[in-house]
Amino acid sequence: MIYFYSFINEIYKIIFLLLPILVSVALIVWLDRRVWAFVQKRRGPNVVGPFGILQTLADALKYLFKEIIIPASANKVIFILAPVITLTLALIAWAVIPFSNDMVLADINVGILYIFAISSLSVYGIIMGGWASNSKYPFLGAIRSAAQMVSYEVSIGIIIINVLLCAGSLNLNEIVLAQKNVWFIFPLFPMFIIFFISALAETNRPPFDLPEAESELVAGYQTEYSGMMYAMFWLGEYANILLLCALGSILFLGGWLSPIDIYPFTIIPGVFWMIFKILGLFILFSLVKAIVPRYRFDQLMRLGWKIFLPLSLIWLVLTASFLFFLDMLPIKG
Amino acid sequence: MLAHSLFFYFFSAITVFSAIMVTISRNTVNSVFFLILVFVSVSILFIMIGAEFLGMIMLIVYVGAVAVLFLFVVMMLNVTEQITKRVSRKGLINNISIGSIVGVIIFLELLVVIGGWKYKESFTPLSSANFDISNTRALGNILYTDYIHLFQISGMILLVAMIGAITLTFRKRENVKRQSYFKQITREKQSAVSLVDVERGKGVKLDD
Repeated sequence: MIYFYSFINEIYKIIFLLLPILVSVALIVWLDRRVWAFVQKRRGPNVVGPFGILQTLADALKYLFKEIIIPASANKVIFILAPVITLTLALIAWAVIPFSNDMVLADINVGILYIFAISSLSVYGIIMGGWASNSKYPFLGAIRSAAQMVSYEVSIGIIIINVLLCAGSLNLNEIVLAQKNVWFIFPLFPMFIIFFISALAETNRPPFDLPEAESELVAGYQTEYSGMMYAMFWLGEYANILLLCALGSILFLGGWLSPIDIYPFTIIPGVFWMIFKILGLFILFSLVKAIVPRYRFDQLMRLGWKIFLPLSLIWLVLTASFLFFLDMLPIKG
Repeated sequence: MLAHSLFFYFFSAITVFSAIMVTISRNTVNSVFFLILVFVSVSILFIMIGAEFLGMIMLIVYVGAVAVLFLFVVMMLNVTEQITKRVSRKGLINNISIGSIVGVIIFLELLVVIGGWKYKESFTPLSSANFDISNTRALGNILYTDYIHLFQISGMILLVAMIGAITLTFRKRENVKRQSYFKQITREKQSAVSLVDVERGKGVKLDD
């Protein structure tokens, strides 16, 4: 009976983590379009609901009632599996994100490695979708995307090592607590910028949205998808973007900590600080989308391998030697 | 505890099943997907026996990088040809005999290695091991102290393999126009554009 209750308890916790994330993904899509519109001096979606806030809900309903078309020459199993995998991987990574000191679903020791592993798996959804469609544009998009995500993961990994050196733990909550005195964005500011740009490339956001570049590849790996399956790709993509914003705020912006550790700031619960930080990073993401033109693919690969990788490696050596010679390593022995 | 061991055997069964499916499935892309399933379930097994760091590294390295490259290579091949080409009975028996010989040799090698295994003298037995320090720290303490030379040599071997692969496939191509980003960005109006008075019927001579 005890097993049963703990099982029910876990299910309850998972539902109350997933529902807010799905709702906030819907809201974030709306926010993205609004910010984009404001930069271009348009109104953006403003009809459905107050300020158009329900626009995404209406879109989702439309996708729900559309017919799902499976191309005749597609590999059906993999074709259907691809969006499912994308959405699942985007959602399960949230299990280890701490929203406040005790608000975390699974407080595991290797939380940061878990997130890194899951985000390196998310390339499969795209490759599978692109290959199973059995058509030119999706396949080209999938190849581009895989190359892009694999190369930018390398620099993200090294940036994460930088932060880990300063924090001395792989547990996300302890990484947050290590920033009690100073957020890691101040000592590691260049790394924050590289992390931000790599995150854009990792989630296929503009200016690095080459896998779905309309002018070259129709819609990239999503070309053959329709109806709910397309919507699942789309949800997974935005959940991934939110996840990287959360990761950025945990690694560099002090997670759920308040900016200053004094009275009026500390009465606001950590969840709100976390949400503010995620939102702030997301607004930066959508501003970048609106103001930067798309990269060419060879420029993108050059940026990843020839600039970001050496830079972050050099910074890693600098951080390590700084911590070692000034005797500031978080863990000794 | 019962639920734990049930799950453990469930995932072991998945591992063995998908390992078999890697070899017998006819579509090469499907066998790569089964290979990925093997990697994922092995990493789950690692996590279930408490080796969380190894499990995560397994996911990152094998599933996130190695299997992606496998998938790439296989998808580039013409798969439809291989599905239609039926494997003849004779060829199948031939392959199975070679495969089983290789398997037996590897098994014997493993037996020899594990039989001659010797732990370091100061190795702490599991019963008195310190469970307070995390997996990652325990591994780091060993890797970077006692086994640092082996660790660095394995890194060197990987580096040599990488450089070797690059030098084998690298060929210098002539007559390829390359862009120099530095040149493009530092180009100024004064050096790029000039106003010329053109005489009638003579044109301009380009010094290209």
